[in-house]
Amino acid sequence: MLALGLNVRNRIRLPKDGPAIIIANHNSHLDTMVLMTLLPINILNKVHPVAAADYFLRNRFLAWFALSIVGIIPLDRQIKGMHKDPLAGASEALSCGKILILFPEGSRGEPEQMSILKNGISHLAKRHPDVPTTPIFLHGLGKALPKGEAILVPFFCDVFVGKPLFWQGSRQQYMTELNNQFDSLADQFPHSDECS
Amino acid sequence: MLDHLQPNVIGALAGIFGLLIIATSIGHALKLKNNKGDYSELLSRIYSWWAMAAIFTLAFMVSRNVSLAFFGLISFLALKEYLSLIPTRRADHRVLFWVYLVIPFQYYWAGIEWFGMFIIFIPVYVFLFLPMRMIIIGETDGFIRAVGTLHWGLMITVFSLSHLAYLLVLPTEVNPAGGGAGLVLFLVVLTQLNDVFQYVWGKLFGKHKVIPKVSPNKTWEGFIGGVLTTTLLAVLLHTWLTPLNLLEAVLAGLLIGIGGFIGDVTISAFKRDLKVKDTGSLLPGHGGILDRVDSLTYTAPLFFHFIYYLYY
Repeated sequence: MLALGLNVRNRIRLPKDGPAIIIANHNSHLDTMVLMTLLPINILNKVHPVAAADYFLRNRFLAWFALSIVGIIPLDRQIKGMHKDPLAGASEALSCGKILILFPEGSRGEPEQMSILKNGISHLAKRHPDVPTTPIFLHGLGKALPKGEAILVPFFCDVFVGKPLFWQGSRQQYMTELNNQFDSLADQFPHSDECS
Repeated sequence: MLDHLQPNVIGALAGIFGLLIIATSIGHALKLKNNKGDYSELLSRIYSWWAMAAIFTLAFMVSRNVSLAFFGLISFLALKEYLSLIPTRRADHRVLFWVYLVIPFQYYWAGIEWFGMFIIFIPVYVFLFLPMRMIIIGETDGFIRAVGTLHWGLMITVFSLSHLAYLLVLPTEVNPAGGGAGLVLFLVVLTQLNDVFQYVWGKLFGKHKVIPKVSPNKTWEGFIGGVLTTTLLAVLLHTWLTPLNLLEAVLAGLLIGIGGFIGDVTISAFKRDLKVKDTGSLLPGHGGILDRVDSLTYTAPLFFHFIYYLYY
């Protein structure tokens, strides 16, 4: 971790135990690893990142690593025309008291730019109204290891933990609150950066 | 374990801890005497000084090479802070990898005492190489800014600071009193105390601002008082740690006092441009590494070339 160096703000707001949902913006493969290192080691076995099945299960070695070592819950990104419930695995895990890590942007995308949060997360929150959702804004990891690069370059990275929120009865309300939280977390960062 | 250090150097290291004990006592006395004032910032600053002095001393005592690696680590952390703060282009990801790779090479040249390479590696070879690496990637949007900011960062955090490493490896025969380590201590202690002196003089008598647009807290009273106190300290310490005569010690004191001030405000200007207060949060009470070594980025090369010209 000498290579990275994390500045964590409001660490106290992190969930102490499951069930819980952690959501974050997604810029790098490092995101998942960093989020997992933030949690206490004794609940690490309860932590499961929800990750794209088409990407992480594309070959046998990667599938073994993703499923057995990291412990991902695979998610089918193509849900059109499917009759199966894509969130069944995630929902079941929450019922068993697990902590899920989700990236509602859906993909890593351009480094350090937020894209629109997808609605899927609200379906999960709706089914589990008493499970807290903790938003976390990550900054800098997209610089350290962006999509499509294999070389990790050292950077100091910032982690801003937001206030946990709960399902309040409407999808729009939930998503608005989530978006507002991400906006205000990103605003804590003292300067606008990334030249085009 | 201590064979490679002159007795005066060990004395000076002990002196640093003596100073820290005094500073800690004053800090706590102020807190006890004046309940209203908030001294937590001052105290955390002093505790950070303890940690820095302890690590510095430990690295110094183990061996020359460990000291060099320690200076390399400071360069690495400072460069990492710098690159984390500045806007970088997505296309330069691999260029940044080479930028970091400069550090082990630069400190290796110091380690094998190859002065010619040490002194031209970054200003010539890296200077010519980085633009070439960028051109191979082919992104021309923002090229000038990228190549300029990366090279300036390397000059400040690696080239300048690595002069500490070369001071350390200078031959002991020329400076039997303190050896290379004596020169490093003389420079580091004077530079860091110069910061403190300027701050204290400024707090006590500060009125007329030097450069309000860059650093509103810097006053002429603090600057001049600090430079003179530093020069006085240089005169007191010079026979103990350096080969300098009295006049040269006065000049060295002025050079460190004035150079330290310029280094300090240069990093202030850098932070002001990026709209950040501190460069990082590694050292509680101080900010980041770059906040702490800002003055050294100027005093290290200036003092090195001063003494190198005169004696080596």
